[in-house]
Amino acid sequence: MSWLTEYVRPKIRGFLKREVPDNLWTSCESCSQMILVRDLERAHKVCPHCGYHMRPTAMERLAWTFDNGEFTRIELPKVPTDPLNFRDSKKYSDRLKDQRNRSHLDESMVVAHGEIGGHAAVVAVMAFEFMAGSMGTALGEAFIAACRLAILQKAPLIVFTSSGGARMQEGMLSLMQMPRTTIGVEMLNDAQIPYIVVLTNPTTGGVSASFAMLGDIQIAEPQALIAFAGPRVIQDTVREKLPEGFQRAEYLLEHGMIDRVVKRGDLPRELALVIGLLTAGRAMSSIPTPGTEAA
Amino acid sequence: MRQYLDFEKPVAELENKIAELRQMAQGGEGINIADEIAKLSDKADKQLRTAYAKLTPSQKVQVARHPQRPQALDYIRELLTDYMPLSGDRLGHEDKAIVGGLARFRGTAVVVIGTQRGTEMESRLEHNFGMPRPEGYRKAQRLVKLAGRFGLPILTFVDTSGAWPGIDAEARGQSEAIARSTDTFLRAPVPVIATIIGEGGSGGAVALAAGDRVLMLEHSIYSVISPEGAASILWRDPKQAGAAAEALKITAQDLERLKLIDGIIPEPLGGAQRKPQTAITSVGDAIAAELPALTVLEPAALVRQRREKFLAMGRDAQH
Ligand SMILES: [Zn+2]
Repeated sequence: MSWLTEYVRPKIRGFLKREVPDNLWTSCESCSQMILVRDLERAHKVCPHCGYHMRPTAMERLAWTFDNGEFTRIELPKVPTDPLNFRDSKKYSDRLKDQRNRSHLDESMVVAHGEIGGHAAVVAVMAFEFMAGSMGTALGEAFIAACRLAILQKAPLIVFTSSGGARMQEGMLSLMQMPRTTIGVEMLNDAQIPYIVVLTNPTTGGVSASFAMLGDIQIAEPQALIAFAGPRVIQDTVREKLPEGFQRAEYLLEHGMIDRVVKRGDLPRELALVIGLLTAGRAMSSIPTPGTEAA
Repeated sequence: MRQYLDFEKPVAELENKIAELRQMAQGGEGINIADEIAKLSDKADKQLRTAYAKLTPSQKVQVARHPQRPQALDYIRELLTDYMPLSGDRLGHEDKAIVGGLARFRGTAVVVIGTQRGTEMESRLEHNFGMPRPEGYRKAQRLVKLAGRFGLPILTFVDTSGAWPGIDAEARGQSEAIARSTDTFLRAPVPVIATIIGEGGSGGAVALAAGDRVLMLEHSIYSVISPEGAASILWRDPKQAGAAAEALKITAQDLERLKLIDGIIPEPLGGAQRKPQTAITSVGDAIAAELPALTVLEPAALVRQRREKFLAMGRDAQH
């Protein structure tokens, strides 16, 4: 496994403690009320007035999730760039370059390991800021790498999803990430590694119809849009009024599709609790099922 | 009545003329007409051959969606015996967009699963135009597990524009149903041969096509999004569907080059819709050729190879 030997081990600590002037204001994307930027960051981008969960960057998510904001990112596998030589109004390879410059990320997933409530954990975060968190070969490889790391470390894998769906510029290679990431989940299942999915706003399309819906435990942030087909597509197809709160986290909870809706501020504690409980049964001997022992 | 596609217009004109001449021939005219018919048939044949030798991706989209193309139930009827349809997801629903059951394929007991679009309005509505709801994917999972328990190879025939984008489908967990279906196929301890017979539409198709062998008919398509959808999202212009069809690489030939499918099944001249029987037999022969190498494998080896095949995809992809 070459990607393992390419580990980079920078302890990224407290990088978020950048200086924010005391008098800098912003407004809530939902209720429009004014908020001090400093207060918003302290509240992990949850509006203190209406509780709206604003979208964080992948790096912010990692910092909020691990104990003391300490984690180690892993180098992710390199994949062929622009395998279809795709061009719409713009060349895909140029789009990628732009996104890399703008987001300071290589691709739409970041993987790190560290501790959550004192438990070792691997965390994979989808970066919506990188091409709307779309799923292409790089993301598939990153997710599979995260699964392998979790298995090697015998640590649970937590994935934070946020995605507009498939990376259309990779055509069928993007669609094939559905079975490929599913195989990653199967490897976790076979190794009895807890796999916890935290669905964040929005999680749609091929991501929601693959690894995002295969968690041992399914958690979602309040109000997160979670859908296979987006509301607009459905509206265009059925031409009916969509129900109140349709495809939001609370709707999925009511319809039996997820386990819990958890506020952002409560997530680290919830995750620590779940990990503690799921790993407490480790002593149990595993009973192999025919045909599933291959990993 | 044969339905012609727009690029088949010259063929249509010739064949209409032939039909007219035939009618005249019945009126008693002689040998001259027979000669003329032979000449025109030859010409029509050549036209068809030329057109089909270099179909553009968007022409392939039209052929793949041709309403007279054989559908899953045609393959089941012609290729299988002792077909016993099975129904229901055991969770309160039955979805006729997905058909399937127990049967024999050239003597071997199998489980068959397919998406059925329907042929006229009544059956189209019955089968929801081949767009499955979660219950369809859950029925499929049930059949895959049944096959696994009794060691029966699984054959799937995929032809769908995609999973149903409806309120009811979302309420009952379309995403989970598709994800779990893919998972269930990948874990099947028995051979899985999936054939794309028309349109392989995105996640709704992949959920039934995570197989040891994925075969495509020569003029079928398989895509992450419809060319029309890609055109309106990426080009912001629905009229760019042709460019999108080209760029997305959705033809069997492109996908074989990208090593994302395992084989192409030739279609009769003018497409499967012209000679359904020939197309169906070719599909049967292709499946029969693949099956023996898979049935000898131990369940664990089969699952491992299937996983390795999918994991290898795209790692060395170059245009
Ligand atoms: Zn607010």
